[in-house]
Amino acid sequence: MTNTTYAIELKNICKNFGSVAANKNVSLNVKYGEILALLGENGSGKTTLMNMLSGIYHPDSGEIWIDGKHTVINSPKDSFKLKIGMIHQHFKLVDVFTAAENIIMGTEGFVGSSKKAAEKIKEIADGFGFSIDPNKKVYDMSVGEKQTVEIIKVLYRGARILILDEPTAVLTPQETEKLFKVLDNMRKDGCAIIIITHKLNEVMAISDRVTVLRKGETVATVDTKTTDIRKLTELMVGRPVELKIDRPETERSAEPMFFVKDLCVRNEEDVFALKNVSFELYGGEILGVAGVAGSGQRELCETIAGLMQAESGEITYKGENILHKSPAEIIDLGISMSFIPEDRLGMGLVASMDIADNMLLKSYKKSKGLVINRKPSRELAEKLVKRLEIVTPSIKTPVSRLSGGNVQKVLIGREIESNPNILITAYPVRGLDINSSFTIYNLLNEQKAKGVAVLYIGEDLDVILELCDRVMVLCHGEVMGIVDPRKVTKEDIGLMMLGNKLEKEGGAENE
Amino acid sequence: MSNGSKVSTGREPLIRIVKREYNNKLIPGLIRAGALILSIIAGGLFIWAMGFNPFEAYKSIIRGALVGSARDPMSSIRSTIDIFVPLCVTALGLSCAFKMKFWNIGGEGQIIMGGVFATFFALNYPQIPRPLMLLIMLIAGAVGGALMALIPALFKVKFGTNETLFTLMLNYIAIYIVKYLIAGPWQRTPGFASIGKLDKNTYLYEINRQNIGWIAVIIVVLFVYFYLYKTKSGYEVSVVGESQATARYAGMNIRKIIIKTMLISGAICGIVGMIKVSSNHTLTEGIGGGVGFAAITVAWLSQLNPFIIPIVSAIISILQKGSTVMQMNMGISSYAADVLQGIILFCFLGSEFFVRYSLVFNLRIKEAK
Amino acid sequence: MDTLFNFLYASIIASTPLLFGTVGEILSEKVGNMNLGVEGMMWLGAFAGFYAAYKTESFLISLLASFGLAAVGALIYAFLTVTLKANQNVTGLTLTTFGIGLSLVFGKAMITAAGGAPKTSDVFNAKVAAINIPVLSDIPYIGKIIFGLNPYVYIAVAIAIILYVYLMKTKTGLNLRAIGENPAAADASGINVNLMKYINIIIGGGICGIGGAYMSLVMVNGSWQDSGVVNGYGWIAVALVIFSSWNPAKAILGSLIFGMFSSLRYYVPSDIIVIPTAFYQMLPFVVTTIVLIVTSIKKNKENTQPAACGINYFREER
Repeated sequence: MTNTTYAIELKNICKNFGSVAANKNVSLNVKYGEILALLGENGSGKTTLMNMLSGIYHPDSGEIWIDGKHTVINSPKDSFKLKIGMIHQHFKLVDVFTAAENIIMGTEGFVGSSKKAAEKIKEIADGFGFSIDPNKKVYDMSVGEKQTVEIIKVLYRGARILILDEPTAVLTPQETEKLFKVLDNMRKDGCAIIIITHKLNEVMAISDRVTVLRKGETVATVDTKTTDIRKLTELMVGRPVELKIDRPETERSAEPMFFVKDLCVRNEEDVFALKNVSFELYGGEILGVAGVAGSGQRELCETIAGLMQAESGEITYKGENILHKSPAEIIDLGISMSFIPEDRLGMGLVASMDIADNMLLKSYKKSKGLVINRKPSRELAEKLVKRLEIVTPSIKTPVSRLSGGNVQKVLIGREIESNPNILITAYPVRGLDINSSFTIYNLLNEQKAKGVAVLYIGEDLDVILELCDRVMVLCHGEVMGIVDPRKVTKEDIGLMMLGNKLEKEGGAENE
Repeated sequence: MSNGSKVSTGREPLIRIVKREYNNKLIPGLIRAGALILSIIAGGLFIWAMGFNPFEAYKSIIRGALVGSARDPMSSIRSTIDIFVPLCVTALGLSCAFKMKFWNIGGEGQIIMGGVFATFFALNYPQIPRPLMLLIMLIAGAVGGALMALIPALFKVKFGTNETLFTLMLNYIAIYIVKYLIAGPWQRTPGFASIGKLDKNTYLYEINRQNIGWIAVIIVVLFVYFYLYKTKSGYEVSVVGESQATARYAGMNIRKIIIKTMLISGAICGIVGMIKVSSNHTLTEGIGGGVGFAAITVAWLSQLNPFIIPIVSAIISILQKGSTVMQMNMGISSYAADVLQGIILFCFLGSEFFVRYSLVFNLRIKEAK
Repeated sequence: MDTLFNFLYASIIASTPLLFGTVGEILSEKVGNMNLGVEGMMWLGAFAGFYAAYKTESFLISLLASFGLAAVGALIYAFLTVTLKANQNVTGLTLTTFGIGLSLVFGKAMITAAGGAPKTSDVFNAKVAAINIPVLSDIPYIGKIIFGLNPYVYIAVAIAIILYVYLMKTKTGLNLRAIGENPAAADASGINVNLMKYINIIIGGGICGIGGAYMSLVMVNGSWQDSGVVNGYGWIAVALVIFSSWNPAKAILGSLIFGMFSSLRYYVPSDIIVIPTAFYQMLPFVVTTIVLIVTSIKKNKENTQPAACGINYFREER
């Protein structure tokens, strides 16, 4: 026994949601002046575990020890009192408030002295090397700025134990580097830090120790120095895996399947979300789209799919401009387009309906007459459940009850069944575990082999670089360049994501 | 720690809330039955607190609603049915809009406008033969209700105007339109705000002294069921209600769907207005009589199920009719029906929580060792 | 000139219950709870305020009684929507049905006991009559409008101003606005979401209740009738919240304008302009509808309904 008091010590934590065990006997500890990486696949229970430290959830059983004392955390307020601060993956900020208001809200006192608060905010920002405008409204902020507000918010409350949930998911490599510098400063300052991630190279770059979770259980805790990516993967997945994503060489069509030319789109707030976007998409290729979140990816997908009106430009399919055509008219032209939206349950599927009724979404219009015929959709549902090994009690189960991976299989399965010429996928592996992710990659590669033109919007640059045949980088709605992923590095793409236009035409464009 | 601040660690919470997952329908059924029993007890306590015998009161309500006088044993049931028909049909109409998550609080106004439109023909063309007259009135009523529902629907799809408040305001506007008409252009006798009694040609047919309004219940139940669950349009309504983004994604014309559904919802309510005019034999500002509001709670209590709506409507109708008899027999205000209805609803509103979640009491003493 | 100021005076009198209802509802909506039970809570306040005045002749007790009973109504609503996560629209509507029913049942019992429509005593009526401050109240025209009103008017305006400062200038106000905008964010910031919701819904309901008491004690001259006390004013208040863009200070102006609409018909020279009474009565509702439409056309991120209004919050919901 050493006499170090741990900043945090979790002992045999259990937490169930309904019949699902999110955490089973999880134990871990962190010291001050140390960064612990909490590694695990999506769905392995990392966030649930940390939410128990931040007071959002309460463990079903097990103990939380803070500074060597057994404690009970019932609310985020208790958590702040214990000097714990969590930066959530989905930022918890009030849009119509300023940065300063978001930071001071919920702190002690009846009348907020904004002057004193502003000074303190500035002090914290200067101390760790942040830049922040306290009077800027959150709805005007970029993702990076919002994250800064979140971090300052917990520091303002005097947090000495910081928990960051997937902080780099939305950042460019350059921003990530900056964040890691700040974290390093905090470590030197004596803070205890837990960083939740599933990116192995980041674990190696920043952490002192790693605790690996798998299916809600602690698998191991190892010193970062004594391990490597291969070992960590094995711990995380539970078996040795080849983390190489396949990129089969296929014959791409001689002529582009379609062109997008000078596309300009205004979003709901009447701001240009896409500015003069031009590219071509060939049959039999996967074109990746990289960019910081909110760079116009959603608008690009929805405009191509005919769900959003473009201001100007052209989308030409086989010589026909389909820009101002409705989805129905596009179908009439013999174009079969499939779109896998990022919000699966909120857009691609109807959460409360069962698998069979969700199949109807694509096909109900085709049946003749007023009355709906549910037989074909039921058959299709049965077929998909078998073919894609969808885990579900029955085809009558509401899709909201399925796990993330199975939900995605239902959605992609339905879309692929319609034999598309063009497949647009937005963040198709977000939230999925490695197994399900690979199923999806394989499905996409299958489509590519069939000659389908695939547009892949992604966030994980490693995946984009390995899976895609060409990569287009967006920044603030503009195309920064289209590159050959075999010939560029992640940092090159990161620079483009931040707004540095590619000087000369990239590899893939050299015919 | 060095800063010496004492951390107040809270106690373990006594009760935790856990989401339920089931595969049977028994537990929700039991919980709802429990809510019903609880509301009967709570209502009884209320009556008792008012200084009356709750058993007597409940008996008075049930007898009052179902048992008529010796000379005319069916009289009470007839008036209960007269309450039941408008309530049930309106709830069915509203359920179409609610299925789409369109908060049509305007049933009252749509009933009134249906009544106004029907009255227009009844007043101005009394020479039309009875069957044709009733048909015209029926269509006019449906059109009136549909138009009244169309207004908020149009603004909703065009500007996203809050339909809850819009439909609510239209209820009052409709009441004052009637007030204007019966004290102005449609006034029968100067000095009296009334259109007087309508011509016999406009009366609903009666079978066994019961007007045939109840036929509307049967037709509308079947129509709503078929429409919502068996047609393409019904499927679209469900999708729009669940998520407009999904509807857009599926290429649905959301505006058209909202407008179409509201037209149907309003038309059904408008028919109620026609039935009321045609069975009351006149038009008054009180034609809605709060049915539009009561129907909202009926639709909600029935979870929009077109077969449950008649059952819930029947319970509420018995309560309302019975309360008027209770007022005569015992001297409790007939508004007690509103109180009891409120109590029932509060209990059911609360019970839904226990259908979705269960409470887990903290019993972890053994573990500490 | 006299007519104009008389009109203004009458408008202020007519606007006061609306102001109570509006600021009460604003408080509730600011913490994310749209309470459609305003009408019911005003009825509860109308009865309780009247009964207390009738029995005790004390202004203070009457005031507290109207606040208290309506607050109990709001408590039922809060328990159902905050703790039991019930649908806010249906719960609010039910509260209205329940509140109207309960007040009229109690009212009926009161009438039965009194053997006729009960009336408040002259002693009490004097307490809620227009105040008279020597000199100040006698200032021509504006004296009466500023210094010659009944005590409720001053209470209403004071509550509106206090709530404005509370909501917009204090940190507690910031916290509760955060709840209405994004309860998850407020929760994560250490704000006790449920407690704050309860407190503000209940206080808001109580304030609505005072507005009801004003209607039963001042507007119908202190005599309890079997029906028709609150008369849809609660619904106008719900709409006025929009008109005031969720700002208690603007609610003062908003309710005054609506007061003008409802008293307009007595001041329009009927020999020159002939408009049926029903249209005057319809006017507030028509204007509200127009306001509703106009605010929806000019979409605005701020000064609009709190983003999470109408949506219940459950921390562990996944």
